[in-house]
Amino acid sequence: MSTFVLLSITGLGLGALYFLIASGLSLIYGLMGVLNFAHGAFLTVGAYATWFTESKLTGISVLPRFLLGALVGLVVGAVFAALVELVLIRPLYKRHIEQVLVTVGLGLATTALVVAIWGNDARTVPAPAWLGKTTTVLGAHIPNDRWILIVTAGAVLIALNAFLRGTRYGLIIRAGVENRAMVTALGIDVRRAFTLVFALGGMAAALAGVLSNVYFSTVDPGRGTSLLIFAFIVVVIGGLGSLRGTALAAVVVGLVQQYANYYASSGLGDLSVVLLLGLVLLARPGGLSRSFA
Amino acid sequence: MSELRSIKRWAVPVSLLVVLALVPRFSIDVPYVFKGPINTPGTLQLLALCLVFGGIAMSYDLLFGYTGLLSFGHALYFAVGVYITAIAVTKWHWSFIVAIGFTALVGIVLPLVLGAVSLRVGGIAFAMVTLAFAQAGSILAFKNPYGWTGGEEGLGADYTKLPAGLVGIFNTKHLYWVALGFAAVTFAVVQWAVSSSPGHIWQAIRENELRVEVLGLRPYAYKLMVFVLASFIATAGGVVYLLLLGGATPEVTSANFTLTLLVMVVIGGTGTRWGALIGGVIYTWANERLGDASSSHAISSLPSVLRTPLQQPLFVLGVLFILVVFFVPGGLVRIGRVRRPKTLQRLQDAMQR
Repeated sequence: MSTFVLLSITGLGLGALYFLIASGLSLIYGLMGVLNFAHGAFLTVGAYATWFTESKLTGISVLPRFLLGALVGLVVGAVFAALVELVLIRPLYKRHIEQVLVTVGLGLATTALVVAIWGNDARTVPAPAWLGKTTTVLGAHIPNDRWILIVTAGAVLIALNAFLRGTRYGLIIRAGVENRAMVTALGIDVRRAFTLVFALGGMAAALAGVLSNVYFSTVDPGRGTSLLIFAFIVVVIGGLGSLRGTALAAVVVGLVQQYANYYASSGLGDLSVVLLLGLVLLARPGGLSRSFA
Repeated sequence: MSELRSIKRWAVPVSLLVVLALVPRFSIDVPYVFKGPINTPGTLQLLALCLVFGGIAMSYDLLFGYTGLLSFGHALYFAVGVYITAIAVTKWHWSFIVAIGFTALVGIVLPLVLGAVSLRVGGIAFAMVTLAFAQAGSILAFKNPYGWTGGEEGLGADYTKLPAGLVGIFNTKHLYWVALGFAAVTFAVVQWAVSSSPGHIWQAIRENELRVEVLGLRPYAYKLMVFVLASFIATAGGVVYLLLLGGATPEVTSANFTLTLLVMVVIGGTGTRWGALIGGVIYTWANERLGDASSSHAISSLPSVLRTPLQQPLFVLGVLFILVVFFVPGGLVRIGRVRRPKTLQRLQDAMQR
């Protein structure tokens, strides 16, 4: 029983990490039709900005250092993503293939740049001691960072939902996903929403970067790319452009991965996720959910 | 008249083939382009690698450029050629010929099965299913089942099982000829295929799949045909790659490998006669030589702001790729032509559907 609880909660934690990356991907695809291959780069940039800030702030204690680092990481991630949209995506407006190609090039180049500056090796990231400890629930010893992941992802889901439902920009984004031409015809500059969605997605990805630093207790240049593949799988299973579907799919993928790794054999988790994607797509080519948010 | 045209059509590739075949016979130094004279093993190895990737890029172009299928799983079929052959000779101790035969069989059956499944969906979903299958292959290669793939370290092929003329540094010229043969055959097959009647249907599918269907043809069967052909060429290229490098590493299974194929094809020019070949050759050459150049004096004397990024070939190539997409939308072979190529336009329409 305690093993099952442990697997379930770590699975949820993993799903939370996937959701943070996939939510931005899903919003960007839904609104702009761009499959953003640079999303892993947003994560990497956020994670490295956090690590860099933390390594410079050696004078202060761990918790404020961690929080400051995380803050810098989020801001850098959001600004970087917004700049990418303004400089690289916007000039290619309506040319989706080229936009995707540019994000592919950007993803490769950014990772290579990070390798050039900080090397290929993983760097240790300091985290508050509490995050390294465990909490006992129903006899299972759960690492505390999983709770942070789950709570953060839940908060992001609620905040994004509130933003999409309760604000004017959220309304524009939702309307834009449904029918962009109509929104433009009504005299609303939908392009401003594009930048906003990129900034939000970049911030969520950077948040995933910050938390993946804690999760793996290191930062390395390849993580963005490897997590991005799972985020793609999550987004496609959930139905492109659907936030709720993405959240559901992230939880399912995280749990399946953990259960299969433990109950079947280690390494089978990744394979079963791939299998799940194949099955879902063949049964329902549109993904689990087609309705937005 | 048509004979004259066909002579014209083949004059350039055939004379290029003859010139390239004679390369190992001449000791010419091309400063900056190659490290040593062109008939030294190091340079021949690089040229051979360029030709192999040129051929694989052409096979990817069959899918992406000619048929409009955006696959993110082409690495899988290349890896089949590299890994199955290496495992068969090294772990199962089969003879080289039997290993090649078995690899060819897998190289046809696997894309037939996986293509039949993934082509049921189109557009982004197709891209993702192919990515997922390739990812499964990559996980297998890393997981090292039964100790066959060697996990992260990869697997060196048992050289005693390989043909004697293709092993060792003195035989690099033979390997070069094998690679040249692969590139030439691929070029000829691709040219023949895209001008055959299924080839015309592939291009019609790229332009407007619905219209092909309305004409009473089944796009599915034609897409499966091109998928199997492209995958089989990639598998053959994988075998040549294995001979050339003498071993398999899991990097060839990664999603990034497929992305580099996409980069090659787009840099060169999609759906054109020479684009993919040129893109593959330039990419491979630049990737290798930029790595060498980073240790050269010209670069190490630069200030670190410039030097650090230039040390990573992938950074330079990624930036070059973005520049090509922005400023040379048809790829390098279309430099000088003003009109935007139809291919990308139509592909993009296909993605939106």
